[in-house]
Amino acid sequence: MTGPARPEERLAAALARLILDPLAPPARHIAVGAASPIPAAACWLVAKLGHPVRLSLLHKRSGNPFTEGSRELFDLTGQGRIDLFFLGGGQIDGEANINLIGTGEWPGMGVRFPGSFGSAFMYLMTPRTILFREEHSPRVLVPRVDHLSAPGTSPPQVFRRGTAQALVTGRCVFRFDPARARFALESAHPGETAASIRAETGFDYDAPEDVPVTPDPTPEELALLRGPVRDEMAETYPDFCARLWGAPATA
Amino acid sequence: MTPMSLEALAAAVPDGALLALPPDNSLPSVALAKALVRRGAKGLRLLGVPVSGFATDLLIGAGCVAEVETSAVSLGEAGFAPRFSAAVRAGTITVRDATCPAIHTMLQAAEKGVPFMPLRGLIGSDILAHRPDWRVVRNPLSDRPDPIVLLPALRPDVAAIHAVMADSAGNVWVGRRRECATLAHASRRLLVTVERVVPGNLLEDERLAPGTISATYVEAVAVAERGAHPVALLDEYGFDAAHVAAYARAARTEEGFRAWLAEHVLGESALRAAE
Repeated sequence: MTGPARPEERLAAALARLILDPLAPPARHIAVGAASPIPAAACWLVAKLGHPVRLSLLHKRSGNPFTEGSRELFDLTGQGRIDLFFLGGGQIDGEANINLIGTGEWPGMGVRFPGSFGSAFMYLMTPRTILFREEHSPRVLVPRVDHLSAPGTSPPQVFRRGTAQALVTGRCVFRFDPARARFALESAHPGETAASIRAETGFDYDAPEDVPVTPDPTPEELALLRGPVRDEMAETYPDFCARLWGAPATA
Repeated sequence: MTPMSLEALAAAVPDGALLALPPDNSLPSVALAKALVRRGAKGLRLLGVPVSGFATDLLIGAGCVAEVETSAVSLGEAGFAPRFSAAVRAGTITVRDATCPAIHTMLQAAEKGVPFMPLRGLIGSDILAHRPDWRVVRNPLSDRPDPIVLLPALRPDVAAIHAVMADSAGNVWVGRRRECATLAHASRRLLVTVERVVPGNLLEDERLAPGTISATYVEAVAVAERGAHPVALLDEYGFDAAHVAAYARAARTEEGFRAWLAEHVLGESALRAAE
């Protein structure tokens, strides 16, 4: 397919740039959990751009990298072998706390979310986390999470390898400063403004006077996403690939 | 090894048992879950190892479950698990929230026969705050303050998996899903449904032995062809996304769930009886 960048492709390219950020700890081995097609596309894009990165997709059916299931992923992370992981949240607050439990009284008597998965471990044990949530609204980006699946920062005596690097949403990219436990708006996706993002964000954050626009994928990146990346993704994320890119060209 | 019937296997799970089930990507026995619904099991305490999927939502919807300990309940791309969500809202089940590596670690402690094991992370999470059985201690081997969580050994009464095959000796083959072996080691009893029974002994084949759970741990086997469906089974068959999506739509309401159960679980006799 041809044509301008789709929002999902722009998000994948934005995530890929964060993965490759030279100021962040190196990402030699990235793990991708369940239901994360856009982060997975970003990782494949990084690999297809020629960067030496090992990708372990927890839900890959054929040739799954783990011979002891998700237990092996958590053991790998405990050993310090996983450099980067992606987390989301039913709620995310301005201190990068995430809530995958639910709203209202414990354990989610308002809206129950699926649950915390491995977040309470991964967030502390991975040198770098990228928070990703497509929905950017006041019900997701809240002043304070109702429940803490995993904390955004920890006291100094608590063993912790890293924090969030950034939060990427359907509207913008936020950078996270762990020292201040605060986000700063880094770029707004096309169609958004400083004001439109402020209106849809429930927590306070820093913002520059002039907000840069999130760059579109380059033609090379778009061609990779629509070709080799799609081919790698098709087995694990068939619905996503069909929706975004249609049926593959080969019969 | 003589396989028993699926219904006999379901009868071997007592009401109120702590029943461990793997998630939708790690060999759950959907066939046994359906047989438990037909048997009218009550008061089951389900353990998601480490998360829960289709079989758990089915058992909750059918009223078989009193409590769920898990790190998440989800139908994957089909979204939230509808009967789990409804039961939480109605307050008809108790949920004990955990996090994936904690469940693995509690089972590994049971596997080793030690009372607890430490795990990094978790400190600062509300999950820990709601788990009086999880303790934060000071690392006794460190000179500096180093808080760390201790998790108790967890020994399920019964674990149920769906394996590809059993052999004449009662060994079962799980391929690369060797995390099922930890579950087998940690549980008091392991019940297994399989696609087929093969002659010989899998442990005598060097290539199959690493993916084999020894009969030492296997209490009983029943043959249930396509017993993981609609979930995938290794390279035997894929995930039936359309089936799960149809379930998710139907199970949004109690009536829809009951109709789905009558069609897909209880069978024609139940359909006739309902008419």
